[in-house]
Amino acid sequence: MTEPPAGPEGGGDREAVTAPEPLSSDPTAYAPTVAERLATYQRLGGVVTPVITALFAFFMGGLVVLATGHNPLRVYKGIFSGTGLDWFFHFGNYHIDIPFTNHHVFFWWNTSIVSNSAYNLQQTLILTTTLILTGLAVAFAFRCGLFNIGGQGQYLIGIITGLWVGTSFPHMSHVPHVLLTIVVASLAGALWAAIAGFLKATTGAHEVITTIMLNWIAYWIGSWAFGQGGALQNSTNPALPVSNDVVPSARLWAFWGNPALQALHVGFFIALAALVAFWFTLNRTTLGYEVRAVGFNPEAARYGGISVSRNYVTAMAISGMFAGLAGCLDMIGYQYRFGVLDVQTSQLGFIGIAVALLGRNKALGVGLSALLFASLLYGTSTRSLNPDVFPPTLAGNLTWMIQALVLLFIGADVLIIYVWQARRKVLRPFGIGASPRRAEGA
Amino acid sequence: MAARAEELPRWRGNPPRSVAVGGIVLGCLAFLLALPLGHHIPTRQPWVPAAVGILAIAAGIWAVSRRAYRLGWLAVAAGVIGIGMGVLATHAAVGNLHYVVSWTPLFTAMFVFATPLTYAALGGMFCERSGVVNIGLEGMMLTGAFFAVLGADKFGNWSLGILCAIVAGGLMALIHAFVSIQLRADQIVSGTAINFLALGVTGYFFIQVYGANGTPGSISQVPDVNIPGADHLGAFGQIFGHLNLLIWVSFLLLFVSYVVMFRTPIGLRIRSVGEHPRAADTVGISVYGIRYGATIVSGMLAALGGAYLSIGFVGSFNENMTAGRGFIGLAALIFGNWRPFGAFAAALLFGFSQALAFRLAQPWGNSAVLFQALPYVLTLVAVAGVIGRSTPPAASGRPYRKQ
Repeated sequence: MTEPPAGPEGGGDREAVTAPEPLSSDPTAYAPTVAERLATYQRLGGVVTPVITALFAFFMGGLVVLATGHNPLRVYKGIFSGTGLDWFFHFGNYHIDIPFTNHHVFFWWNTSIVSNSAYNLQQTLILTTTLILTGLAVAFAFRCGLFNIGGQGQYLIGIITGLWVGTSFPHMSHVPHVLLTIVVASLAGALWAAIAGFLKATTGAHEVITTIMLNWIAYWIGSWAFGQGGALQNSTNPALPVSNDVVPSARLWAFWGNPALQALHVGFFIALAALVAFWFTLNRTTLGYEVRAVGFNPEAARYGGISVSRNYVTAMAISGMFAGLAGCLDMIGYQYRFGVLDVQTSQLGFIGIAVALLGRNKALGVGLSALLFASLLYGTSTRSLNPDVFPPTLAGNLTWMIQALVLLFIGADVLIIYVWQARRKVLRPFGIGASPRRAEGA
Repeated sequence: MAARAEELPRWRGNPPRSVAVGGIVLGCLAFLLALPLGHHIPTRQPWVPAAVGILAIAAGIWAVSRRAYRLGWLAVAAGVIGIGMGVLATHAAVGNLHYVVSWTPLFTAMFVFATPLTYAALGGMFCERSGVVNIGLEGMMLTGAFFAVLGADKFGNWSLGILCAIVAGGLMALIHAFVSIQLRADQIVSGTAINFLALGVTGYFFIQVYGANGTPGSISQVPDVNIPGADHLGAFGQIFGHLNLLIWVSFLLLFVSYVVMFRTPIGLRIRSVGEHPRAADTVGISVYGIRYGATIVSGMLAALGGAYLSIGFVGSFNENMTAGRGFIGLAALIFGNWRPFGAFAAALLFGFSQALAFRLAQPWGNSAVLFQALPYVLTLVAVAGVIGRSTPPAASGRPYRKQ
């Protein structure tokens, strides 16, 4: 027990402490190491690591596919064609209608709803809408130094309250009803998350623990509300553990596709607007400045006169607002109803964690990684993946594995540097690759 | 911890704590008195549970005023719940009550439900006491559940199934350990990743190996321990006479964990690494080594809990069959203040509430599922510090970097 750990990392660091070398003693010291180059890339916008991470995760997933006797390239090709993203590669001379008029303008792509890949793309973008918002829910709290694991619970609360308002008031007019539903659900999500922020601010209870608990409380509230005899359960069929349908006056406008088959709704633009609002709030407002200051260093922020506890509550509330909005848009946008089984299988709030982390908690990153994960989710679903290529039941689990690998690698972005160092340590006894300067980034 | 120990002396010579315990007992009694206890006590009047419950609340408030916060508030809660349930019970039909509150099956079900939670909580205790937060308990449990079935099926022997579960859970924990200790990644991210990974790996191989038909019905199961003559020992014998072997193993492991954690040098090292890794390192304890060991042990224990679920209790495997039990185990650990017996008591409480929720489904219908949320609500209240703060190990969640 008295020995230092035999791990290469510990040994290497000890060596660095016991034998420091002046940085400029050797002219080769100016040759940038991989770690330094990586750090440069990160400063350039942090694009490289997420891309490598995602590629690496897909590679490992492919190995699993290969090991179980399938052709990974064929599988990934099948998943890709299931996402509908190939729609973008079919250029042509098409036109698009301008809303509320009889005019139409030239468009490169075929927006006809009969096209199969257009339908798939609509579904992928519907999922992207949700994932952008649940991703933002995690990302905003992250920028304040809080880990919001509770996206799933806030999403469920948004669903529950959204359905509550959306299935009531059948005689309201369209626009106010939609707005009311969205506002109520977002506020409910915000309040739900603010519980965790409030407990963190007042008692110091760790937000990870409280949000996990709130997730499961929301889960059981949902199971009760949509279950038989529950508050929101179907009023026409008491045996059906599913809610009523959202009344037509609370449904969002669909702008692409057939609403009977889940069309792309205007919630997609709300999600894109949320991305802009996220960026603007964080980078161009006092609130965002304070949130980021607390995220960087709470003590320094407090010393600078920023109320840390108020920012914890605000950041969690805004996070919860995004997740609640996501739940609400799913309900009034395309799903229109929710059941106990959906409560049990719904995972979009959890996937938001992977979305935010792969997107480095930045607006653009969250948008792109939401698209990636939505493609992966829809591309591996039973509706889109050709079972002759790869069984969708397997592919759904492959999605989980790829997500897990993304999280593992993103959490450990020193991995690349670590592998690089380990390689050098192995080679050093042979006199190869020895460099006097050690990587700083490790 | 030292300051807390001075503030709240141990059991002996501490009247507030004793009064608070009395209050908790009174609160339970308030409910019991409302039940049809046989022909000898023909009470079933609403004022009886109300009066006893008020006594319980009074005892709780007195204890709180004497700074026995946690037990005092528990007594108040027991009093309130006792009055509520008691008054409800006096209005309920006797037949329904007999179904819900038939003690022998209820307590047996409590042990059945509490055992996976106990394993997960004990596993979590090792991990978190060494300073590594383990959100991935759920995933390690799920891994254990699947590989126990796989092993028991392929080797035709439940003991090899358990071995497979332990190895698989340990490997899962090794990933968590490597990423969060060696690579110093965020332990929450890594734990979440473990949950996703377990979901994917078990689901993938479950479909790959067993397909749509599910696991075969003839899987070798962990046997029950039938104590000869136990049925003649009354309710106690009936409850403990036929428990599964893995339930007894969990009792054993509970004591072993306590002794290891609080009565051996290894336990002292684990705790010191979790409280102050730099100091531990200075006196020559291998922080990484201890953390690796503790994390792997935690994965093995959680996997045992999963194995109990699959080849001990149900005898089959379904995708995502743990359904959040790992998280309740985590909640039990927190509610039990990161101590083995506290965690066990919390696991029993949560197991009881789950058992009651299943039983209450008969008269109450779907509303009984709200009872399932009780563990989470209680834990939320506990970490909020209303009933005496739950304090995690000081260095929990912080990666350690050797200097």
